[in-house]
Amino acid sequence: MTTPLLSIHGLRKVYGDAATAAVHDASFQVAPGEIFTLIGPSGCGKSTLLRMIAGFEVPQGGSVRLDGRDITAAPPEKRRIGIVFQDYALFPHLSARDNVAFALRGGRQDARRARAEPFLASVGLEGLGDRFPDQLSGGQQQRVALARTLAGAPRLILLDEPFSNLDASLRDATRREIREILRATGVGAIFVTHDQEEALSFADRVAVMRAGRILQVGEPEEIYARPADRFVAGFLGRTNLLPAEAGDVTATSPLGEVILAAPAHGSVLLSLRPEQLAVTADEGMTPSHGAIVSREFKGRDVTLWVQLGPHLLQVDAGARSPLRPGDQVRVTLREGTLAVALPPEA
Amino acid sequence: MTAQPEAAPLAPPRRFRLRIPVHGPHPALLALAGLVAVGLLLPFAYLLLRALEADPAAVVGIVLRPRNLMLLGNTLALVGLVLALSTLVALPLAWLTARSDLGARRLVTVLSVLPLAIPGYVMAYALIGVSGYAGLANTLFGLRLPRPEGLSGAAFALTLYIFPYLFLNLRAALLGTDAALEETARSLGLSPGRVFLRVTLPQLIPAFASGWLVITLYVLGDFGVVALMRYEVFSYAIFTQYSAAFDRTYAAWLSLMLLAVGAVAVGAATYLGGRRRLARIGTGVARRAAPVPLGRLRPVAIAFLVLLFGTALGLPTVTLAYWMSFLTTQSAAADDLGELATVFASSLSVAGPAAVAAGVLAVPLAVLMVRYPSGFSRLLERTTYLGYGVPPLAFALAMVFLTLSLAPFAYQTRALLVLAFTLHFLALALGPPRTALMQMGVRPEQAARALGYGRWSAFLHVSGPRLRRPVAAGALLVFVVVVKELPITFLLAPPGFTTLATRVFSYTSEGLLYEAAPYAALLVVFSSLFVGLMVRYEGSR
Repeated sequence: MTTPLLSIHGLRKVYGDAATAAVHDASFQVAPGEIFTLIGPSGCGKSTLLRMIAGFEVPQGGSVRLDGRDITAAPPEKRRIGIVFQDYALFPHLSARDNVAFALRGGRQDARRARAEPFLASVGLEGLGDRFPDQLSGGQQQRVALARTLAGAPRLILLDEPFSNLDASLRDATRREIREILRATGVGAIFVTHDQEEALSFADRVAVMRAGRILQVGEPEEIYARPADRFVAGFLGRTNLLPAEAGDVTATSPLGEVILAAPAHGSVLLSLRPEQLAVTADEGMTPSHGAIVSREFKGRDVTLWVQLGPHLLQVDAGARSPLRPGDQVRVTLREGTLAVALPPEA
Repeated sequence: MTAQPEAAPLAPPRRFRLRIPVHGPHPALLALAGLVAVGLLLPFAYLLLRALEADPAAVVGIVLRPRNLMLLGNTLALVGLVLALSTLVALPLAWLTARSDLGARRLVTVLSVLPLAIPGYVMAYALIGVSGYAGLANTLFGLRLPRPEGLSGAAFALTLYIFPYLFLNLRAALLGTDAALEETARSLGLSPGRVFLRVTLPQLIPAFASGWLVITLYVLGDFGVVALMRYEVFSYAIFTQYSAAFDRTYAAWLSLMLLAVGAVAVGAATYLGGRRRLARIGTGVARRAAPVPLGRLRPVAIAFLVLLFGTALGLPTVTLAYWMSFLTTQSAAADDLGELATVFASSLSVAGPAAVAAGVLAVPLAVLMVRYPSGFSRLLERTTYLGYGVPPLAFALAMVFLTLSLAPFAYQTRALLVLAFTLHFLALALGPPRTALMQMGVRPEQAARALGYGRWSAFLHVSGPRLRRPVAAGALLVFVVVVKELPITFLLAPPGFTTLATRVFSYTSEGLLYEAAPYAALLVVFSSLFVGLMVRYEGSR
């Protein structure tokens, strides 16, 4: 990575006399032009972390640096960090154009309005500048909020669950558009979500949070392929966790001998994605034999739930798989699969 | 996907009370709030001090005076009768407008709130103006009614004026209840009557509690009606002890007893309102119940409405018009007009400054309450409601004691009167900006700060424009209630200072009904403003 745009180190926040910190020792860096995603379940501290970066919460420890400048104690208006709130926070008494012009300080009102136009155009809202927020759709309101933030010429933009108020049909399109706009402007962005699919498809890099801690930071593919623990494995994508005995590069599991992605020793949990497994109709008594208990049709494929002794596994199969609940099957690993070995208990 | 117990697929619910934005309240804000809280609480300390000043033997004599028991009995009888009459009027009225197929609901609702525009003492004036030899009833029908007075007269006048408070509460509750609950009860085999008793009525308990509390506090604090109806209750006795018998220690003790009765009422209402679990369980929007057809009972309902509005609105209007008609035949019309203008101007001279002061104070206090919730801001909030809820005579008397001890030069000055009004009615001015701030939240201001605006500048540019109207509305509310106000003016006004309210009162108590008419009419016009504002800011919730 080149010199980081944003660098946070050891950020900490505790509310009241709570025994556990809302954010505990958070550190990561964001490069210029990078889209960085914070993901975690509700209440994991990701919004608090975002608000500390924006300057709306005062951290109790750690530092925030932007372009190498320490801004830990700077008020929000001195940071050059823009924020797009979940509810957009448009000024209801101002038109879309005036909302954007609000961010363009200095100069006369009509000059500022004129300068606002290109920003409205950049988010595809030319001609809608006279509308008031209540006359705009959810997606349009969101783009006004983004245009307003861009007009403030920030070095970094924070987006707090920006798509959660949009309905599903609008969400994908808006997400793609916003990604294009962010790419075009070249500013960095940190984006908070609890939607794993959104995180995987939107981000250049992802940080997974849980209970105030950052568990893992990396590119989406990397985190998906090599989760650091069972929580990350289960939170980003679907997975099957199976106990196994590792002996360096291989491990012995109910599915037989598997090859590990990285050497490990002793008792481990194997994380196996449903698409890494295969089932074949087969009656037998080995530990890898079981019965299908449920079948979920997903369109392109089906998910088969297989009871394997004490374990319930999900296995993806082609949509035309003839297997039905009750069928006896054998579960195997697809060719070339490397299993991820995780510590037995998180 | 494997199980994700913690992952909530939905956005978290919007919270109106937001956590402290950055560094906490400005010290100046806290200092100002502290000053207001002290201003509201200190008078009561002096009231207590004054009451305890007397030597213990005298205190025992005062407290155990049999007259107190009579006053307590009269006060409770009046409260009880007004509550009963108000319920008899307000419950059917609320049901008719909220649940029946009566039609013209909007009109009936407005008519049901309109009696608030006729202050209690004007209603008493109207009732007195109908009766007697020169009264309206005798002139029109040759019917010489006895002058209404005592318990029944006071209860009648008070009920006709304040039943709308209960009506508004009950109507809102009836509109807010989930039709599914009643439909479920019907499907379980209950008759409509039993559904009303066992499902609907219990859900109205919080509405009854708050409506009854407002009425009780009002009746305890009322002075004009009981004085005109010559019915001896605590507030009337406080006034006579203070202004006629000059026994200030006894007046202080009576005030304390009155405060105790009020405290019991607040406690009872809190218990009644908070006792049951009445919150709706489950999600989704509550569905409105289908209107109940009135059928053969429609004429009964209409007769009820005609009788009610005829008495509460028609009677005072006609009486005022009747007495006003004499005015034109009297010679000294020009003099009268001049005098009316003078009195009106002195009303405005206290109402204007009090309204401005309350409006200006309301903004920082509302910001503190909404943005920085803490033990202190909750205490401040309760203190302002306490100031508004205590009987005005007790509050005024407490202010008298405070001034005489700390700043005797201020006693019976217009400035003190303005200060007393500002503090007493502060809760009214706080309401609209407080609601507005809650609805705004802090996000827009935070967005402005992220765009480079400082703390003050963000507040000024973003919240400022949206606070103008609510602040003006709050100040206007204070303005109108000050114009109507009677007991505080009586106790604190400079000698010879006359307002519309005191003029109506003194003329009516002297039987000068036609002289009082123009003052009363002007007051009714003003009070209508108050009702208009209230319907807009309170009734719409």
